[in-house]
Amino acid sequence: MKEQNLEAHFQAKIDAEIKIEPKDWMPDEYRKTLIRQISQHAHSEIVGMLPEGNWITRAPSLRRKLILLAKVQDEAGHGLYLYSAAETLGADRGDLVLQMLNGKAKYSSIFNYPTLNWADIGAIGWLVDGAAITNQVMLTRTSYGPYARAMVRICKEESFHQRQGYEIMLAMSRGSEEQKQMAQDSLNRWWWPSLMMFGPHDGESSHSEQAFKWKIKRKSNDELRQQFVDATIPQAGLLGLTVPDPALRWNAERGHYDFSPINWDEFWNVVKGNGPCNRERIAARQKACDDGAWVREAALAYAEKKEQKQIGARQTAAA
Amino acid sequence: MDANTPLYSFLLQLGDNALILGHRLGEWCGHAPEMELDIALTNIALDLTGQARALYQRATELNAQGKTEDDLAYLRDVPEFRNVLLVEQPNGDFAHSIARQFYFDAFNYFFHEELTRSSDAWLSGFAVKSLKEITYHLRFSSEWVLRLGDGTATSHEKMQTALDDLWYWTGEMTTPSDLERQMAADAIGPSLQQIKSRVNDRVNDVVSMATLQLPTGTWMQSGGKVGRHTEHLGFILAEMQFLQRAYPGNEW
Repeated sequence: MKEQNLEAHFQAKIDAEIKIEPKDWMPDEYRKTLIRQISQHAHSEIVGMLPEGNWITRAPSLRRKLILLAKVQDEAGHGLYLYSAAETLGADRGDLVLQMLNGKAKYSSIFNYPTLNWADIGAIGWLVDGAAITNQVMLTRTSYGPYARAMVRICKEESFHQRQGYEIMLAMSRGSEEQKQMAQDSLNRWWWPSLMMFGPHDGESSHSEQAFKWKIKRKSNDELRQQFVDATIPQAGLLGLTVPDPALRWNAERGHYDFSPINWDEFWNVVKGNGPCNRERIAARQKACDDGAWVREAALAYAEKKEQKQIGARQTAAA
Repeated sequence: MDANTPLYSFLLQLGDNALILGHRLGEWCGHAPEMELDIALTNIALDLTGQARALYQRATELNAQGKTEDDLAYLRDVPEFRNVLLVEQPNGDFAHSIARQFYFDAFNYFFHEELTRSSDAWLSGFAVKSLKEITYHLRFSSEWVLRLGDGTATSHEKMQTALDDLWYWTGEMTTPSDLERQMAADAIGPSLQQIKSRVNDRVNDVVSMATLQLPTGTWMQSGGKVGRHTEHLGFILAEMQFLQRAYPGNEW
């Protein structure tokens, strides 16, 4: 088939809601877009382990410690799962990780903010995972099969994460005066970065239009952001916490909450590397990579030796 | 029941070993040499922390002083902890963490194998369940001793150094304290003299298969079982107990 026909055939499949699978023909740009998006998502899972990992050794009870360990472990699992999905498109995990370390590939900017008190572990589950789920539920219907299926599995675990986060917020907002203050402080710091997670306004996002046509994306950044705000405000009310936005109010006419404009200056600065923890996060991943190099080399050398021995044994047996 | 009954102290000692080693492994989370290792080390941390929790819960059932599992983990100070010195040693490089894990797993495996025959029904049930987890831990750490020992020249050297560095913390595990002698006499706990040769044989086998040398030093450090610890435990507790100490009586 000619390239033109291939492309028409590809678009026809997408229009008919048939999933694109790894061996199907696809435009280079579709492949590139997906590799970029899936690997960014994978990097976010891996870097996202750091701010929460911060509190594993300080978790305030054995039960909380077990839940947090399991949650951070899930994130490593999601990272692996997503790198595998990217590899079905011909990418290599090692190369992708390298792009993240040298700054060519991005990860979610939210993880460039610090976790300063225990309530932050609650807020990350409630708000950050909550925002992520809003986006990921949409992605369970994305046009690329392996990505959509990965999202189904990841969404299940993420909704557990969100519940445990909310449960921490609930315990703290019903606790001592100091705990309530921690919970409020944490909401104050995580609210706006969580809204920024959905990305720039639709008109300003460079990849939006084509992503819609290819059904990689099915809702706009602003739609998803509004959906998240609408779902989250009543939850904040139940906690008795104040969302840090004086302009926040229910708009009966629109059937949505109105909220203040986002500080895009801050958003772009954090994207460009000027967030409070950008350097630290990359340095921690770089250190893990460097310190672990000899371990990975040893595992490889050992596997090769073992294989050689098996070949030798088979040859001896055959002779 | 009096808090000082031997069984109560024995449960705490087992719980402390699991808690402190689980804590050390939790420090790796997000920093391991491979994502797969992040998952595996966290898995072991989860198992051990879960075991500690079960043991502390059992201890609180036996002792009606109104203490909770978290009181035991978060409100005791260094001299009240009874874990062996090995498990509180710092992570060091990956070889050191593997050596610590391997030495402990080899002991812990045979210890729990015997504990399944405890005359205390709760402990024997606990041992049956935990042995499944510990069997995996020992397989994991043994495989990594092999990979690092028989991998590259660099990994061989690092693994040998780690085995040497941690060696003199190992004797304490199989040297019975008064409490452990009594537990063995009551058929509640294993006889450590009995399992010692099995532990040594397993360690020897894996180390020689890994083309490494087992250190020959015979002078061993001890003290953990009577609450005399290394400098490291104080820092572990300072970090682990921070919230419970800074905000006493709060629910989290």
